[in-house]
Amino acid sequence: MPEETERSSVTLAVNGQQHRLRLDNRTTLLDALREHLGLIGAKKGCDHGQCGSCTVLLDGRRVKSCLIFAVAASGSAVVSVEGLADGADLQPLQQCFIDHDAFQCGYCTSGQICSATGMLDEVRKGWPSVVTADLAAGPARLSEEEIRERMSGNLCRCAAYQQIVAAIRATATAEAVLR
Amino acid sequence: MSAPTVGRPHTRLEGRDKVTGAARYAVEYPVDGVVYAWAVQADVVRAGITRIDADAALATPGVLTVLWYANAPRLHSETNVDLFLLQRPEVHFRGQVVALVVAETLEAAREAAGLVRLDYDTLPHSTVLSETHPGLYTPDHVNPAYPTNTAVGDFEAGYEAAEVRVDHVYRTPAYHNNPMEPHAATAQWRDGELVVHDSNQGSTPVAQILAGLFDLPPDSVQVISEHVGGGFGSKGTPRCQSVLAAMAARAVDRPVRLALTRQQLFSLVGYRTPTIQRIRLGADADGRLAAIAHDAISQTSTLTEFAEQTAVYTRGMYAAPHRRTSHRIARLDVPTPSWMRAPGECPGSFALESAMDELAVACGVDPVELRIRNDARVDPEEGTPYSSRNLVACLREGAARFGWADRDPTVGVRRQGRWLVGTGVAGGSYPARAGASSASAQANPDGTYVVRINAADIGTGARTALWQVAVDALGVPPERVRIEIGDSRLPPAPLAGGSTGTASWSWAVSKACRALRDRLGDRPPTEEVRVEANTAPETNALSADRSYVRYAFGAHFVEVRVDVDSGEIRVGRMLGMFGVGRVVNPTTTRSQLIGGMTMGISMALHEEGLLDPRFGDWVNHDFATYHITANADVEQIEADWVEEDDPHLNPLGVKGVGEIGIVGSAAAVTNAVYHATGVRIRQLPVRLDKLLPRVTALQGQ
Repeated sequence: MPEETERSSVTLAVNGQQHRLRLDNRTTLLDALREHLGLIGAKKGCDHGQCGSCTVLLDGRRVKSCLIFAVAASGSAVVSVEGLADGADLQPLQQCFIDHDAFQCGYCTSGQICSATGMLDEVRKGWPSVVTADLAAGPARLSEEEIRERMSGNLCRCAAYQQIVAAIRATATAEAVLR
Repeated sequence: MSAPTVGRPHTRLEGRDKVTGAARYAVEYPVDGVVYAWAVQADVVRAGITRIDADAALATPGVLTVLWYANAPRLHSETNVDLFLLQRPEVHFRGQVVALVVAETLEAAREAAGLVRLDYDTLPHSTVLSETHPGLYTPDHVNPAYPTNTAVGDFEAGYEAAEVRVDHVYRTPAYHNNPMEPHAATAQWRDGELVVHDSNQGSTPVAQILAGLFDLPPDSVQVISEHVGGGFGSKGTPRCQSVLAAMAARAVDRPVRLALTRQQLFSLVGYRTPTIQRIRLGADADGRLAAIAHDAISQTSTLTEFAEQTAVYTRGMYAAPHRRTSHRIARLDVPTPSWMRAPGECPGSFALESAMDELAVACGVDPVELRIRNDARVDPEEGTPYSSRNLVACLREGAARFGWADRDPTVGVRRQGRWLVGTGVAGGSYPARAGASSASAQANPDGTYVVRINAADIGTGARTALWQVAVDALGVPPERVRIEIGDSRLPPAPLAGGSTGTASWSWAVSKACRALRDRLGDRPPTEEVRVEANTAPETNALSADRSYVRYAFGAHFVEVRVDVDSGEIRVGRMLGMFGVGRVVNPTTTRSQLIGGMTMGISMALHEEGLLDPRFGDWVNHDFATYHITANADVEQIEADWVEEDDPHLNPLGVKGVGEIGIVGSAAAVTNAVYHATGVRIRQLPVRLDKLLPRVTALQGQ
């Protein structure tokens, strides 16, 4: 095992539960979740921040957990896909993903749902994207084009893209994010 | 009895598990004492290994062992040479696994893998396919068992006599399957028995092959693949991960997890061969074909002969009295190519459907009409009728929905602001087959039923479709029926490949369920009653029945726009119409067809595997450099099907939808690019630099 100088104590609040771990400094947040906490919802699709399958919410913002060392996230609050549903009650976004068949193999799905959760929050806060036409016009309008652009960091080889957009639109409409 | 479930939309049975993160994939099962393996790959192309120094790796804290050809557990079957891993001091392609590190942690395994030193005696290598490669030869057959060359009539005479002739060479690059879940396995030895959680398209053949490699009785190997993160052909037959994980687990006597990295997939799990295809079409002035020739060249490795059936598509697609197809391959010092979604039909259709567009232009005939004019009534080579052939219906219905009528064929003239707009069409076909499968059906005294079959759901929706089939065949309320798949201890079934899954498995499921009903009669069982069925008699009879040929058909319609300043290409609309027999679940079928069509957009515009001829390695071996279609690349995409009741297939009348969605799709995109810009793309992918000179010139006019 690594020398003690190569390990650090890491505290993480994951899905509302406090964890104190002693981890190899090279352990990514993704591997901390998967290999040390048994939370396998976040997936390893590329380990290079290129596919988005590992997306989780770190202090409320969507991040690619394969690009973050766990030690650097110490003290943070993490929400993974396992933390979205309230017991047996799915989040509307999760239910919409099922209803719109927004996945096939399911491997990118956790990342898509966490990413969409973070994205909808960004839209609520009025953050623009590269396809936002008028940056001065106030909060971005969540058109299909906006959703596609904002969700393009999450690859889906099965290509459920259109259904993912539909699921997010349905959720946003219900939650009045969509104007 | 409730209303039929087959044919009605249904969400996926495992949907809840997939949206909550509860669905477990191959390296996600809790296993006590699990350790990690990491593959070391050759950084030379062709060589003998002269020395291995594993001292530094072994000295790394946490490392348990380093395996290579001299100390790895012996394998017992060389049937599949690509799986005869770590047995010999020879390197046949860059990226070959030459050592395996096993360590207590992922981090230690990865670090130590970088510390293994290998010395090689390198040999000259050849990695570039060309039509003049001296190693080109004619294989005995092409994948899986088609004749290599075929000829009907007198092509040369028919072609020479034709009023209009098209003669072009089309090239497609290497493509990498890239399922989102990299190939991964967890292996455990328990009292001499091997248990593997593996990511594959069919765990029955994986278990059989592992038993052969490790010299075990077949029932001493269990392979579990409950959820699989995509395959697209690359998980069709066993790949190295399950073999390496089992070797490592045996060596350290601990359970082992081995997940290949995204980068490693490019050289270790197969890819679609590059192709060079010459198409010659001879027709009369109205576009009626007299002669068709399709000569295809592709590559394979020095380890295994994989001869892609690239020209097979042309054998059955369009009518012409004089016709010929041929295949030649070269054995290069490259990784073994393999199946990728519609091997053969996919690249072959790019060539033929592009050439048909060129013929339409040469004859001044609308490309939809040209295809209708050349529709085949019987198989053009065999003279056998089709069990059903709805290419024309797909073309007509698609044209009507897409708004094809009154299309102006003039190229490079439609401007919408900064965009040049064009539309394109292509046909598609894919064989409809079925393999022998078994399944069991069980009635319980509490009124519930369990149907078991080792089918694989790699994202196709197979679990849900087979449950629907079982519900109808049992004739009981849906909530009473449970289905179990994805475990080699279940009744054996063929793999998910060649669009045969639903056809093969549904046959066995319905047979088992009907047999159970017959056994039970009207009385509810007082004890557990279980029957097993095998469809070998039926599928053998089907294979022997030469009275029909059986294919799915389709037609793609695409609208693209090209930026006049940058050459940027956008696919604004895509419509696919298909004739795929009975659709069991419209929800998942539509998704799968759209998935294939989108992979066609990706093939046309984004993907290109580049191999460095000096070093023999895949240069762009990650998602940052090997681009696949992302969300923003897909605007409007729609898939639908014509009603098709085909009684000559299987009891449910299904044809399979895994591959037909991609066949012809890339040609529809490039045909639309031609219509928009006047630039004919005969070498994929379309790139901005291929369009810029022309669109810039059009801009100046």
